[in-house]
Amino acid sequence: MSGTFIGMPKFQTAAKEALGNSQQRRNLQHATGTIRRKRAGVVDELDNWDELRQAGAAIKDNVLSHLDTYLVQLEESLTQAGATVHWAADAEEANRIVTSLVRATGAEEVVKVKSMATQEIGLNEALEVAGINAWETDLAELIVQLGHDKPSHILVPAIHRNRAEIREIFLREMGQVGTPPPTGLTSNPRELAEAARVHLREKFLRAKVAISGANFAIAETGTLVVVESEGNGRMCLTLPETLISVVGIEKVLPTLEDLEVFMQLLPRSSTGERMNPYTSTWTGITPGDGPQDVHVVLLDNGRTDALADQVGRQALRCIRCSACLNVCPVYQRVGGHAYGSVYPGPIGAILNPQLRGTTSDVDQSLPYASSLCGACGDVCPVNIEIPELLVHLRTRVVDEHRGGIPSGEQIAMKGAAWMFSDHRRWEKAQKGAELSGRALGKKDTIGRLPGPLSAWSDARDAPTPPAESFRSWWKREKGDPR
Amino acid sequence: MSTRDDMLTRIAAALEGADRIPPPQREYGATTPLPDIAATFVERVEDYRAVVERVAPDGIPAAVAAALSLATRVVIPPGLPREWVATLESVDGVEVVADQGDLSSDELDRFDSVVTAAAVGIAVTGTIVLDHGPDQGRRALSLVPDVHVCVVHESQLVGDVPESIAPLRDAVDAGRPLTWISGPSATSDIELERVEGVHGPRTLHVLLVGTDHPLPPA
Repeated sequence: MSGTFIGMPKFQTAAKEALGNSQQRRNLQHATGTIRRKRAGVVDELDNWDELRQAGAAIKDNVLSHLDTYLVQLEESLTQAGATVHWAADAEEANRIVTSLVRATGAEEVVKVKSMATQEIGLNEALEVAGINAWETDLAELIVQLGHDKPSHILVPAIHRNRAEIREIFLREMGQVGTPPPTGLTSNPRELAEAARVHLREKFLRAKVAISGANFAIAETGTLVVVESEGNGRMCLTLPETLISVVGIEKVLPTLEDLEVFMQLLPRSSTGERMNPYTSTWTGITPGDGPQDVHVVLLDNGRTDALADQVGRQALRCIRCSACLNVCPVYQRVGGHAYGSVYPGPIGAILNPQLRGTTSDVDQSLPYASSLCGACGDVCPVNIEIPELLVHLRTRVVDEHRGGIPSGEQIAMKGAAWMFSDHRRWEKAQKGAELSGRALGKKDTIGRLPGPLSAWSDARDAPTPPAESFRSWWKREKGDPR
Repeated sequence: MSTRDDMLTRIAAALEGADRIPPPQREYGATTPLPDIAATFVERVEDYRAVVERVAPDGIPAAVAAALSLATRVVIPPGLPREWVATLESVDGVEVVADQGDLSSDELDRFDSVVTAAAVGIAVTGTIVLDHGPDQGRRALSLVPDVHVCVVHESQLVGDVPESIAPLRDAVDAGRPLTWISGPSATSDIELERVEGVHGPRTLHVLLVGTDHPLPPA
């Protein structure tokens, strides 16, 4: 069983720990650098990239503002095509539906296509409680699952692991749940991929039930689309008898033609390829081809809350490409785990507080997990204004804490406002700072402050005050201006 | 109230007073003019480390046999032109079986190769799309065997993704699945280093059929 994100500390606390992991920082630096270069190369090939992004945003805005209409249409098309449609208000309901569907088949195991929605609802853990083994079949997901680890990237969940670590996990864990790796396995990626191929083939061939998500769901035809690379998706979507797909309600596209926009935007933004190796589409049941028992679970789980926020709803345009993670200077250093969710990085910082609400420490802290440099907004293939949304959510978090007992930060800010409002108070404060600067001597930064002040200093390296302020220097050199 | 009705009510409430945004003004299906569409297709498919050969229509049987010189058990879709595998079948020790829909996954796993036609080729992205018509067969055929020989006609090529949807529309409306294939299966999950060949066919061999491209002498 993989680790979960339940009870995560706030971002700043988790980030501090992650920053101490120099191996992870090196792995991330290397991996995000590689994928950034690839993306930039294939995006530059298209003259009409901006036009495509605008079209992607416009199609999604059209969908979101008519979501009820399109969902009913999707349900009709799917039903017409022989699929059974289920509606799930939250994670618990979705897990209950999927578990009972699997139980009805009598199967004790399922194979899984990589799916953010099923991770979001903790489906594997729910199935495990019900005595059903869920085998992840995407290579990176397999690494995370075998390593009893947590995903740290949307596209490459094991991005924080290097080849030597992966080899160790395979040698230690694979044999306990199926075909073991060959003896003499090295850390060559080709050999590691081959070990995964052999390990999983046995599971693909015997699986009776598969579980997937969907990248897109086409309302007009009832067609679901899964975009992937390895062929594990094709195996799961084709060989079993029963297929259950958990689909977020924001995944709807109106028509088949809309794929022309997203099948250009997604691969280039995501893996930095002109096209991903495999894309599968299926429309309910096809007699004689693939699963003959097809279910689709339409998942809300906070999406209607995000939809109700007229500024925040644009986060629901997200197509889970992870380009914003790869360019983010914060993500690149702290990695994905600190975000306390399967959605890390800039998109996670705006999506999680909207899907889960801002009651927990981690969700309140996420809008602050950014330097607001804007790189994420620039690469987003559906033009989500991530920096603006971060500021919007910061306002929401602050507004929710107005009234009641003021926080230390609020008291400090009130004090600062009082000090700045009169130059005599400001100059007095600077005198104090000069003294403390001299007292701190040669240290460049202020370390951990005592007591409640540590809340401020723990996530920030503030420079020590100079021994002489500009105003003092000016007065000494040029005389008193007044 | 059922969850369905509850969710639809929540959506309606969330959108109360919101601008209902119309579909974008977009010219769907625009063509991408290319000076030599076949050359672009070949170059882009090769970029994925697939094997691509250009052959004349009467050169297909020889090219299929050459591509599968190491094969012993080959499965083909029921509607594949049988003459495409005539040369291959004449080789001693090679068995060619036309799928009748009754092969189990385990039985399919004992074939080393598959030969199919295709529906559409997309030049700019180097993509082949199968619409699983009778000459392409059900999806498992082109998935489980390790070598996939795919015959694409130049007349099936389109410039870029927008042009590819119209020729696929009928298959989708008929309820058939689609498989878009861009090179052999691959992963970049280990340090973002691309490795070809995971679960799908590890070798993709494309024969691009055109009238002005005779098979080069063997």
